[in-house]
Amino acid sequence: MSVNEGKELRIIGFLCNWCSYAGADTAGVGRFAQPTDLRIVRLPCTGRINPLFIVRAFMNGADGVLVSGCHPRDCHYSEGNFYARRRLEVLKALLPVIGVDPGRFEYTWVSASEGQRWRSVVTSFTEQVHALGPMPGFKSGTSLDMCLCHLDQPQVR
Amino acid sequence: MNIGVFVCHCGSNIAGTVDTEAVAKAALGFREVVFATDTMYACSEPGQAGIVDAIKEYDLDGVVVASCTPRMHEATFRRTLERAGLNKYMFEMANIREHVSWVGKDKEANTRKAGELVHMAVEKLRRNDYLQAGEFEINKRVMVIGGGVAGIQAALDCADGGLEVILVEREPSIGGKMSKLDKTFPTVDCSSCILGPKMVDVAQHPNITLYTLSEVDSVKGFVGNFDVTVRRKAAYVDWDACTGCGECTTKCPSKKTPDRFNEFIGTTTAINIPFPQAIPKKASINADACIKLTKGKCGVCAKVCPTEAIRFDQQDELVTEQVGAIIAATGYDLFDFTKYGEYGGGRYPDVITSMQYERLLSASGPTEGHIKRPSDGAEPKDIVFIQCVGSRDKSIGRPYCSGFCCMYTAKQTILTKDHMPDSQSYVFYMDIRAPGKNYDEFTRRAMEEYGARYIRGRVSAIQPKNGRYLVKGADTLLGQQVEIEADLVVLAVGAEAAKGAGELAEKLRISYDPYGFFLEGHPKLKPVETNTAGIYLAGSCQGPKDIPSSVAQGDAAAAKVLALFSKDKLASDPQVSGVKLVRCIGCGKCESVCPFGAIEMIDFRGMTKASVIETVCQGCGVCTAACPQGAIQLSHFTDNQILAEVNTLCL
Repeated sequence: MSVNEGKELRIIGFLCNWCSYAGADTAGVGRFAQPTDLRIVRLPCTGRINPLFIVRAFMNGADGVLVSGCHPRDCHYSEGNFYARRRLEVLKALLPVIGVDPGRFEYTWVSASEGQRWRSVVTSFTEQVHALGPMPGFKSGTSLDMCLCHLDQPQVR
Repeated sequence: MNIGVFVCHCGSNIAGTVDTEAVAKAALGFREVVFATDTMYACSEPGQAGIVDAIKEYDLDGVVVASCTPRMHEATFRRTLERAGLNKYMFEMANIREHVSWVGKDKEANTRKAGELVHMAVEKLRRNDYLQAGEFEINKRVMVIGGGVAGIQAALDCADGGLEVILVEREPSIGGKMSKLDKTFPTVDCSSCILGPKMVDVAQHPNITLYTLSEVDSVKGFVGNFDVTVRRKAAYVDWDACTGCGECTTKCPSKKTPDRFNEFIGTTTAINIPFPQAIPKKASINADACIKLTKGKCGVCAKVCPTEAIRFDQQDELVTEQVGAIIAATGYDLFDFTKYGEYGGGRYPDVITSMQYERLLSASGPTEGHIKRPSDGAEPKDIVFIQCVGSRDKSIGRPYCSGFCCMYTAKQTILTKDHMPDSQSYVFYMDIRAPGKNYDEFTRRAMEEYGARYIRGRVSAIQPKNGRYLVKGADTLLGQQVEIEADLVVLAVGAEAAKGAGELAEKLRISYDPYGFFLEGHPKLKPVETNTAGIYLAGSCQGPKDIPSSVAQGDAAAAKVLALFSKDKLASDPQVSGVKLVRCIGCGKCESVCPFGAIEMIDFRGMTKASVIETVCQGCGVCTAACPQGAIQLSHFTDNQILAEVNTLCL
């Protein structure tokens, strides 16, 4: 199913202010048409992202989560995206364990000048999520639900 | 909390594909929103006045503007709030132009998306704190990296403005690419005659400290307070003692050292002064070519030096300078012409680059201004110039126009005719791009007055033929193949980012584009600023530029620094991390991940706790994500705020 047919899905993008957010702006200024499913949360740096934000988004019903920041070695804060990469890589490995299809999550690097690249990232990720369809609801007792129970405990934060 | 929402039409930019009225109506249903309206241009004077009035009338505590990107107008609207007597951090923006109206055509989907983005902003705003900016002292010294014409201009302007300037140059002398040029377009005035005096001004200016043969090793700190470590490379000569008499260079036996300054078409000695007008005029030893340094024998220069300045055991030296602002003016490099195999660059001795030709034309060059073929020293009669070598060619990863090649080729055809009246120049070009003042007139003179033959088309191959070269190409205007026999072929090589530009950008924490050129803050409105406060750009490091533009940008960067330093103290950004002492367990994770060393562990009533040095914190939030207790929170981007946005979108 093409992304423009049927219902919009719920895709959340966590974007770094300095590169990818500006890249998304560049794509807008260049009028690069994109699917409308994505909603962007602006953050100072991908290093600000706690992987649990992403887990929480899935628990609350997001169908896909996209993280995008500065290319490695090009970080405004010199190494924030390295921390992000380390954390997100672990999260990616963890997602199947908690019952989330890893295809619903992607992290990528887009610089402020790469409007065209941003368009292709959004389009292909949206298509990928549409191919998986809406996120199935979580029943109590699933591993994700257990994760939710522990989320607010200090030891896992 | 009373929140007001303003949905901007931005003319038809937003209203064209978003039902702004419906978004405003929907916003009235969000929690704590007491006022919502749509407005034609929120950023205009009446638009801002409308916000101020509404704040007073509805007793608003916070404002959401749904319009363009916060990177454009966040500061504008924050000032509006301040004018109305609100804390300027009680403001959020929803980007419904770049991220909505300009990327989707479906009005219904766009309107829904815009509404959700406004809802997110409202939910975030509900959790905003009243932040107060602090103040910090600034160090009013400036470092200019790169001593080409842009760097020289910036350094002189800053120094004339009363600032202390440190000019760092990688080569042994300042002057950059311009010092290698013979004449400059479109006035054909002598390059070293206009640049030379400026170079001398740099050397003599009491406010300028010049570090040549030096590179930036590391950069720490932030606007107003940078610590820059400069590596002063070994010249193997004590420059305090060297008088630049040149005695050593005449006696040095390594006479076949490749001459960097002359683009490797001539040779020089292992110990040399790059060119007669070099600033500083000091000798330095090329360690790769020096017999003493490579084989341990010789040492002639040390014997003849009247001031005993030679130091074979000299080591690199690290110097740390405290500055408040940095101007990057690192310039460009020329395209490696050997990448075009069909032109035979590097294989055929008489296929040379435009810069090599420039050195042949120059009176201070290896041939003292006589045009001689590198292969046999004969005077060429027919010269073919090929344009766009390393410009406007996607296949070699250089899709951009280098901008100045059309002009310097026209200049070189004119100079060639001046030097050799019976010569004939041929120019293969794709388009002539001569948009500057007097530029088009200049290229026309080259064609009409100096008889350069311009052929529109690409060259497909160059082959040697009887000691000459057969240049095969197409004339696309006539629609036929052409073959020209040439004695010399000059490739008009394009510009690319300077070697090591990427590494320097990483040290400075500024962005660069896919080609390695540094990114300006905004392509139109912030052409010399970067996204990192206190770091500015001048000249070709930002993109290929001719001399007038480089000088203008050097001036502009200096003006920015002078404006920055017109205050004694700068307001610090209060969007920094803060520690909730009750929750902090003193594990030190935040301290170990902070890229800026902005967190220290303190003793608080006998317990170890983290503490943020607010002026050093840059607000990245890496610590907040690392804290196992959620004790350290980045203001304005707290866990609760981000989760509120996520929940708004999901639930």
